[in-house]
Amino acid sequence: MHAAFHHVGLTEFLTLSSILFMIGVCGIVLNRKNIIIILMSIELMLMSININMVAFSSYLNDMGGQIFTFFILTIAAAELAIGLAIVTVFYRNRGNIDVDDADMMKG
Amino acid sequence: MIADLVFYMCAALLVIGGIGVVTARNPMIAIIFMVMSFFNAAGIFLLLGAEFIALLTVMVYVGAVAVMFLFVLMTIDIDFEVLKDTSKKHLPLGVLVIGIMLSQIILGVFSGVFKSDEAAVTGMPIPEDGENIIHIGNILFTDYLLPFQASGFILLTAMIGAIVLTYRKRPDSKRQVIGKQVSRTREESMAILDVPKARGTAEMKPEEVK
Repeated sequence: MHAAFHHVGLTEFLTLSSILFMIGVCGIVLNRKNIIIILMSIELMLMSININMVAFSSYLNDMGGQIFTFFILTIAAAELAIGLAIVTVFYRNRGNIDVDDADMMKG
Repeated sequence: MIADLVFYMCAALLVIGGIGVVTARNPMIAIIFMVMSFFNAAGIFLLLGAEFIALLTVMVYVGAVAVMFLFVLMTIDIDFEVLKDTSKKHLPLGVLVIGIMLSQIILGVFSGVFKSDEAAVTGMPIPEDGENIIHIGNILFTDYLLPFQASGFILLTAMIGAIVLTYRKRPDSKRQVIGKQVSRTREESMAILDVPKARGTAEMKPEEVK
């Protein structure tokens, strides 16, 4: 176990991570129309997963969690680039970024 | 003692930043809150001994992600008041889903499963010498070489995808086409005229032009 666990236990880190994840979920529900805030909420959720991974990595004295965090960061960056490109194209075609307007596929 | 203090400070600012992202009226303010929460997440990574991940978080999220958000937000001209969701149609469902997930996570975290001190090491222990980045490199470029290459390809795909999605040809803008320029011949590009005196080339008849 890392030195950080001498006082603050694993439970505190997991609680923080779950609070952050729930804030991300709330953000998606509350800002259902604004896709930029939705993307930011997804970033918050990914960051909470990262905190979870690194906390367990430190707690179990295992490098795997940090390696996985590296890959999660990669995927987050790729997802965000594509997401923002889609926002830009959507704005160019529709003149706004309202998620409710994205119904051409009738899905 | 200091570690406790740092943890609670970082955790409080992280949660405040997250709430700010979710509730901010102006998306610009939301981005600033996001930067704040990511800085504090980096602080928590430092506290956990993951120096490389902490620096990576600051570089990727503050250096790239926040700038990308700001860039897109400044490029598009949106009245964000229109995007306020006033219908509350999906709110009960959202509250239900959040309630179920939160209760599950609380049950999981406080169930005491993670209380045991038996470290289930999966063959990649963190050495005690504190050289975090060296060990990450040792593992990443040996055991995880294939996933590392795959993530590189994912980034390449994302880059190409973003370029293809946002690229557009404007018919009204003048662009240089090198191939066209080089493949011009003397015959189609110039004409040698015998220009009559006191008359310009504009007044010449077409049959006079060789």
